[in-house]
Amino acid sequence: MAKKIDQAQVRKVAKLSRLELTEAEVEEFTGQLRAILDYVEKMNELDTTNVEPLAHCLPLSNVFRQDRVKESLGTEKTLGNAPQRDGEFFKVPKILDDSSGA
Amino acid sequence: MSELQHKVIVGLEIHVQLCTKSKMFCGCAAEFGAEPNSRVCPVCLGMPGVLPVMNKQAFEYAVLVGLALNCRIAAFTKWDRKSYYYPDLPKNYQISQYDLPLSTNGYIEIPLESGRTKKVRITRAHLEEDAGKNLHTAGDFSQVDLNRTGTPLLEIVTEPDMSSGAEVRALAAELQRMVRFLGVSEADMQKGHMRFEPNINLVITKDGRQYKTPIVEIKNLNSFRALERSVDYEEQRQLDEFLETGEVMEMGNKTTRGWDDEREVTVLQREKEEAHDYRYFPEPDLVPVELTDAWLEEIRGRLCELPIKKQIRFVEQYKLSDYDAGVLTADRSTAEFFDEVVKAGGDPKRACNWVTQDGLRLAKERGCRVDELGISPQQVAELTNMIVMGDVSATAATAISDIMVTSPDLSARRIAEEHNLIQKSDADELEAIVDQVIAANPNAVEDVTSGGKKSKKARGFLLGQVMQKTRGQANPKVVSEILAKKLG
Amino acid sequence: MVTEELSARQLRDRIAAGQITSVEAAEAVFKRIEELEPVIGAYISTYHDRALETAADVDRRLIAGEPVGRLAGVPVAVKDNMCTTFGATTCASKILENFHAPYNATVVEKLLAADAVIVGKTNMDEFAMGSSTENSGLKQTVNPWDTTRVPGGSSGGSAAAVAARLCFAALGSDTGGSIRQPAGFCGVVGLKPTYGRVSRFGLVAYGSSLDQIGPVTRTVADSALMMNVIAGHDPADSTSVDEAAAPVCDYLEKLNEPLKKLKIAIVPEFGAGADEQVQKAMTEAIDVYKKLGAQIVEIDMPHLDYAIAAYYIIATAEASSNLARYDGVHYGHRSEKATDYVEVYSKSRAEAFGKEVKRRIMLGTYALSSGYYDAYYLKALKVRNLIRGDFTSAFEKCDCIMMPVSPTVAFKIGEKIDDPLQMYLSDIYTIAANLAGVPGISVPCGFDQNNLPIGLQILAPAFAEDKLLAIARMFEKETDWHTKMPAIIT
Ligand SMILES: [Mg+2]
Ligand SMILES: [Zn+2]
Repeated sequence: MAKKIDQAQVRKVAKLSRLELTEAEVEEFTGQLRAILDYVEKMNELDTTNVEPLAHCLPLSNVFRQDRVKESLGTEKTLGNAPQRDGEFFKVPKILDDSSGA
Repeated sequence: MSELQHKVIVGLEIHVQLCTKSKMFCGCAAEFGAEPNSRVCPVCLGMPGVLPVMNKQAFEYAVLVGLALNCRIAAFTKWDRKSYYYPDLPKNYQISQYDLPLSTNGYIEIPLESGRTKKVRITRAHLEEDAGKNLHTAGDFSQVDLNRTGTPLLEIVTEPDMSSGAEVRALAAELQRMVRFLGVSEADMQKGHMRFEPNINLVITKDGRQYKTPIVEIKNLNSFRALERSVDYEEQRQLDEFLETGEVMEMGNKTTRGWDDEREVTVLQREKEEAHDYRYFPEPDLVPVELTDAWLEEIRGRLCELPIKKQIRFVEQYKLSDYDAGVLTADRSTAEFFDEVVKAGGDPKRACNWVTQDGLRLAKERGCRVDELGISPQQVAELTNMIVMGDVSATAATAISDIMVTSPDLSARRIAEEHNLIQKSDADELEAIVDQVIAANPNAVEDVTSGGKKSKKARGFLLGQVMQKTRGQANPKVVSEILAKKLG
Repeated sequence: MVTEELSARQLRDRIAAGQITSVEAAEAVFKRIEELEPVIGAYISTYHDRALETAADVDRRLIAGEPVGRLAGVPVAVKDNMCTTFGATTCASKILENFHAPYNATVVEKLLAADAVIVGKTNMDEFAMGSSTENSGLKQTVNPWDTTRVPGGSSGGSAAAVAARLCFAALGSDTGGSIRQPAGFCGVVGLKPTYGRVSRFGLVAYGSSLDQIGPVTRTVADSALMMNVIAGHDPADSTSVDEAAAPVCDYLEKLNEPLKKLKIAIVPEFGAGADEQVQKAMTEAIDVYKKLGAQIVEIDMPHLDYAIAAYYIIATAEASSNLARYDGVHYGHRSEKATDYVEVYSKSRAEAFGKEVKRRIMLGTYALSSGYYDAYYLKALKVRNLIRGDFTSAFEKCDCIMMPVSPTVAFKIGEKIDDPLQMYLSDIYTIAANLAGVPGISVPCGFDQNNLPIGLQILAPAFAEDKLLAIARMFEKETDWHTKMPAIIT
């Protein structure tokens, strides 16, 4: 079984989640997540060796759309909710690293 | 002196943009050069509440490439979310494929300089959506354009089977030619339709021991030249680095370097400090695809003869040079037009010359493809045979081609006749004229028969006189033969 | 006259018959909103002028003899996690407080096409994460039966609005009980349809493989009426089921079809954890069905005990990904303190997300992260399969399963807010239906000693909403629980 979640892991997960946590929050979440995960580990009472994972209850497959162009929103509506814009672009602080992963 | 040998090992991660009309999961036009953020809708903007619906064409294009890459196509495939935060990725996850990719275990055959081919294994090819674009040129901030967001991409991963920059370039060119043949991508590297990320390292043998250098992934390559140069550059850089530091490949010491096109060097890229943890999980908003045998066969029916196969066939069947066959198969319509000319009875060698010279020249002038010139393969076949028969000269053939473009209804022969471009090859008729010329030019005949340095020039003069008398319509080859017979 | 007794269907029929005008109905609702909303706090936003314009248009068309939709003139409310082109769509979160959707959710389009009068958008737990609506980042909603208590959640605003007659019907969304539980706490009817029955397009996602929109209404017939409007295939939602595979029927028409030889299953061991008063009401409810000739079978569903564990991994894993988009780059709150783009993410999210949302994002991220995926996420998917198997075998033996909606009646505001695990455990009876994708309904079945409503939950096989509604209607016909009104409105 996985070892109990600690503050270091909580900090790591917060970073992955892009959540800046205060020290108090780290402490609070560590305790709460630990209690929840302790509870969740109840699942280990079940032998699931030969059980298929079920991501979806639907009996569906092959749902497609035809390759047809539909009207887009237009630049103004696209940027309508933007916290900051620069002309026709969304504006963000300068990106210095490359984290793209396509 | 210690003995040192090294071998460079390269694998590629390739992204090919599929040329569907609309994006992968929404109806926005997948086109380039539009005003920034004008081809965006709530779905590709990742707004709250939106859901993706798969573009069938994108899926079928991906299957088609999988088949062309000799892959095993999965009968059951599904989508996964790949999580990472970046401003050009509005949902902060990419819909991609993880554990059940569409195609696996294939290979691509690439031409080598030796004229032989090599098989590079394909690990997998899967369908995913593209991100938008971050621009960093405006000042102390970055700009985000989401027009490209959600365009269908095929990610192809090769095994590390390449061992030189030239091979990597050959694969890139072959893949480009292939996807263009299949009509599934414009495959223009400058426009980002094709993106190559080589993974490079060296196997070094030193004093009888083997070492592997850390893997380097190279980004920002926007031409075949850059691709080739970057591999060659890395080969030397890694060798130098190894000799200096002795660092070898370990878990987690893979680095990313960017290609600096001006300085022609790779530069270590700054990456976010945390290790990649993409947290893949099944995309709950999409359902799986079950590819039936009938559907797969239907898609297989859309495959064409692949360029490399065509090239090899042109060499073997038509005895063309590998170079000529390569020029013909650079583009599907050109290759198919050539094939049609030959099928219509055209002489292969002449047909190749016509297509690669007059045909491509005229197409370039008109900004169209060879098959769009309005000249039928039958016309060209007739023309090549007229050349073979000596009915027209190569020069006249070019003139005839120029006229054919504007008078597509006229046959090559008719044009030749109307414009007095038919060569006189009748030996009897020409012999009479040759006799006249010999009689009229005793000095020149003297020069020829006496041999010496004036002989060649005088022979040319006599030939010129015959051509003049026939207003250029005499077949020079036949005239030369008659002259030789008469004067030795 | 627009009275408290009128159901949505009755109101619609009277409007159609010219006995009441749409404008009168809308005005009556807004008058009550004016009086009670300051206490109840059911709405995040209301649309008085817009609603009255729609109502006036319905009246005009009725007079002109033009055709009108199935909900013509009926004032309805929409949970604020469904996108509308009018007003903001906030999900009760500060991160979307000023977000204006450029499109309507499919269900909103359907309501508008049916000529419903949309009164406002209701409060909820932020991003539908919660069971009490206390996690709203924008306001507090109270239970109309006792204003010191929670209305349940996450569709607490919709349930409170219907119970307090601040609208005639409402839409909620249910990921782990978020329609049924607040309906139970507020003494109204709440239906979670089969997963795939109602389009999710435009529903702000929480747990995508579990979320489903459904009606919160005063009566079972109103629930059927709302389903007639919102059910059906939507090409914009790949997970909405094709009507060829599962046809949508006229739920109102089939409501009173007699059900012969009804077989009801109960799960005695599983239901035993509920409060005494809840258990008593359950027993009495089952007795009502017995009197109607139903056969009761006792079954075992051995994996239901693991539903909460599996749910809180699957739902939070999906949520961690679904909520990644709220980053302050393209829309929503952006921190003014951010100095680089990574801080735009981490500070905007830290400032604008509430505690429960952060907790669930953290939990879900952890469950999907490298090294923990198999132990948590994958395991939960396998347990989910076992739970679905429980339902499959159960429905081989019965027409429906009955159990409480919740182990307790509405609890006090603040009572559980500091103990998330205790809050999660209160979802014990509702979660399994979401994991299995089957429909479930909550109908009023009694009151405890403090006059707080108790809900009966009925679960049916996938796409058997018609049968589920008919079974619920049988009970409603025999009892008068649904006619009781909170004191605050009289
Ligand atoms: Mg990729
Ligand atoms: Zn779009």
